Amino acid sequence: MTTQARAPKRWLAEVFVSLKPVVNDPQGLAVRDGLHMLGYKEVDAVRVGKYLTLTLTAADREAAEARVAAMCEQLLANPVIEQYRLQVSEADDAPGSQG
Amino acid sequence: MRFGVITFPGSNGDHDALMAVELGLRQPVEAVWYRDTDLSRFDALIIPGGFSYGDYLRAGAIARFTPVMGAVARFAEAGGPVLGICNGFQILTEAGLLPGALLRNQQLTFVSTWVHVRVESNRTCWTAGMTPGEVLRLPIAHGEGRYYADPETLARLEANGQVIFRYTDAAGNVTPEADPNGAVNAIAGIANERGNVVGLMPHPERAFDALIGSDDGLKILSAVLTAGVDAATARS
Repeated sequence: MTTQARAPKRWLAEVFVSLKPVVNDPQGLAVRDGLHMLGYKEVDAVRVGKYLTLTLTAADREAAEARVAAMCEQLLANPVIEQYRLQVSEADDAPGSQG
Repeated sequence: MRFGVITFPGSNGDHDALMAVELGLRQPVEAVWYRDTDLSRFDALIIPGGFSYGDYLRAGAIARFTPVMGAVARFAEAGGPVLGICNGFQILTEAGLLPGALLRNQQLTFVSTWVHVRVESNRTCWTAGMTPGEVLRLPIAHGEGRYYADPETLARLEANGQVIFRYTDAAGNVTPEADPNGAVNAIAGIANERGNVVGLMPHPERAFDALIGSDDGLKILSAVLTAGVDAATARS
């Protein structure tokens, strides 16, 4: 097929969700205190968040990014308290992909 | 007045709420499955506590997209009285029917105890007839009950009288010790602008008889009996 470049591809999206900087994160404070107790005095701050991986089909990287951003806004993150960052890469060689 | 109590997979306060309405209020009440979409037979709805969908992702995040929640939103939009208790409060904030969010408790531990809350406003369906300043004794049981809203939202809530319950000591004083989870401004419960949708972390349905520790919860559940009639009239 000459149109292969335009065929839908499978993408791996990695989503990082964390509390907004203005929102107090007691989990992060507890982890920081634990690190201090272990002697890692150089640690100023710790924020605890979530890491999600999604595999999805989309025509191109931009389309995949747009879909995942919409998912973040609607469900994966709560915009009232959380921020997110996402990263999309080709997933066709990833384990579990359909040959 | 006919009450509906919604059950999601993982709800655990639904039977307490059914019992409180039946035995405490002596009003007709019915369990509503989360797949139901017709709520027209009800005059008031209770979204109970528990761990809907195991609190996966965030408390209330997934329950918010169930079929019944679309019907709840329409019911609330039409002015119908809705009370969200604990996980029900979390679901209502996730659904955008109430502002703000509920975060992990400041001390990171689940807290199950009795607290005092001060009634701040009686201009809602679920506080009508109470006296502002009145102190209620109610149980709490939650791991994610720390109310948060950004400063602008918070200022608006305070200015509009939408903060309706605050954690206090037995005398009604806000003290750091009386706030069980680090909630901003010691907020235990809020209402929407219209006053028909209310969410709170304490459990009024577990305080409907002195035999189980307190009957102060009945004041909240019964407020809607008078206020809800006006709301129903406004809807028709």
